[in-house]
Amino acid sequence: MIPFDYAAPATVEEAVALLAEKNGQAKILAGGTDILVQLREGLRRAELVVDVKKIPELTDLNYSPETGLVLGAAVPCYRIYENAAVAAAYPALADATRIVGGWQIQSRASVGGNLCNASPAGDTIPPLIVYDVVCRIAGPKGLREVSAAEFCAAPGRNVLEPGELLISLAFPPVAPHSGSAYQRFIPRNEMDIAVAGAASWVQLDPAGKTIEKARIALAAVSPKPVYAEEASVWLAGKPANEESFAHAGELAKKVAVPIDDMRGTREYRVHLASVLTRRTLADAVKRAT
Amino acid sequence: MPRRTHVAATVNGEEVEFLCEPRQSLLEVLRENLRLTGAKEGCNNGNCGACTVMMNSVPVNSCIVLAVEADGAEIETVEAIARQGHMHPIQQCFLEGAALQCGVCTPGFLVAAKALLEKNPNPGEHEIRFNLAGNLCRCTGYDKIVRAVQDAAEIMQSAQPAAVK
Ligand SMILES: Cc1cc2nc3c(=O)[nH]c(=O)nc-3n(C[C@H](O)[C@H](O)[C@H](O)COP(=O)(O)OP(=O)(O)OC[C@H]3O[C@@H](n4cnc5c(N)ncnc54)[C@H](O)[C@@H]3O)c2cc1C
Ligand code: FES
Ligand code: FES
Repeated sequence: MIPFDYAAPATVEEAVALLAEKNGQAKILAGGTDILVQLREGLRRAELVVDVKKIPELTDLNYSPETGLVLGAAVPCYRIYENAAVAAAYPALADATRIVGGWQIQSRASVGGNLCNASPAGDTIPPLIVYDVVCRIAGPKGLREVSAAEFCAAPGRNVLEPGELLISLAFPPVAPHSGSAYQRFIPRNEMDIAVAGAASWVQLDPAGKTIEKARIALAAVSPKPVYAEEASVWLAGKPANEESFAHAGELAKKVAVPIDDMRGTREYRVHLASVLTRRTLADAVKRAT
Repeated sequence: MPRRTHVAATVNGEEVEFLCEPRQSLLEVLRENLRLTGAKEGCNNGNCGACTVMMNSVPVNSCIVLAVEADGAEIETVEAIARQGHMHPIQQCFLEGAALQCGVCTPGFLVAAKALLEKNPNPGEHEIRFNLAGNLCRCTGYDKIVRAVQDAAEIMQSAQPAAVK
């Protein structure tokens, strides 16, 4: 690895000052499962690596049923799925954090890092989109907020300006009669990158028969994880049954504009988008009732 | 040239101090500065698990941890698994069950399997395979490894007083 300096600031202000001073030549380190590999392989360069794991706002996980979840950007995956209350409240997030890499990766890999890395196949990103998570960002000009659906810009690129860092992810409290799920397709059982992935969130009427609201998001089928708006909107007022799920799957796949690569062809990925939408909707409804 | 950094950590129960460059991995420093060569370098990019060590009680791939991040941390390597010259049941079962051939993956499997058995003393086959998915083995085909973990679980449970269950 090319030599670099290391700093582990204890406050957001210090981190912002360090990042601003280096003007793009500093890289943020959370769990390091992307950035350390990229630095070693020469895919990215840094004069300074800024470790954000000493900053309390980035490593706190605060959940209450009344206010929802505030997830520090650097909290590793295992702290999410091992937290029974959080896993029960946000099951699609739990599904995704359980399958990011293997156990050793989950000990370090953060949801904030997954989002900032902005891979089209980032497994935790569709759950963030369906929960309509607000990303809290700090920078030289102060604080700002961006919705999860708007955070990624292109493969490997996000909307952060030089000097900015992601502080936390704010999840709304759990709505009554709601449920969610994330699934991906990979040819192996575990430890692979999604060929396609889908997250679904639904809110049912009190009888559990009709979908009142839904949100669907897809991974690995477009340059960035994407909200499937038409399918989500169409589901409102529809019966919570297989027919609705299947039609929503057909609508969802319209936003899929995938690439052909060694993991799968375009056609295959588009098909998977509809299948995974249908399956995650069924799971989300089951979990809502 | 970045300055060498002073790091103080607890490694296998002992307080150690070392100087390292920020770019050095924990794996490099364990092997080269501290001469703990149990953890192995397989892929050096987080995929194979041969470099698995415990860091603050969770398993990590030490090839994608910076040594400077270990400042103030508790690290446990495969060297700490045997106690007073006695092999741990997991080591005994790997040996007796021929769960290794070349042995490069073994230290990582031992560390991860021991951590699994501490979390869940009686894991099923699926759970063993799922939790050890971050450890790759090019030789054994995994079946003997899974069986060794199951055998170790049995031995460790029968060694516990019955009232604990
Ligand atoms: C073996 C292996 C298997 C993997 N499997 C999967 C998988 O199944 N699914 C999947 O989605 N990913 C997978 N990954 C990729 C990676 O583990 C995830 O993307 C992970 O969530 C990244 O989090 P991190 O905390 O390690 O990020 P880091 O590597 O620390 O950072 C990632 C990027 O985000 C930036 N960054 C981090 N935190 C912030 C912040 N607070 N503000 C601004 N920028 C920030 C960094 O500078 C860097 O560019 C795998 C990686 C490996 C090595
Ligand atoms: S050497 Fe660290 S995971 Fe392979
Ligand atoms: S015994 Fe050779 S890699 Fe596992």
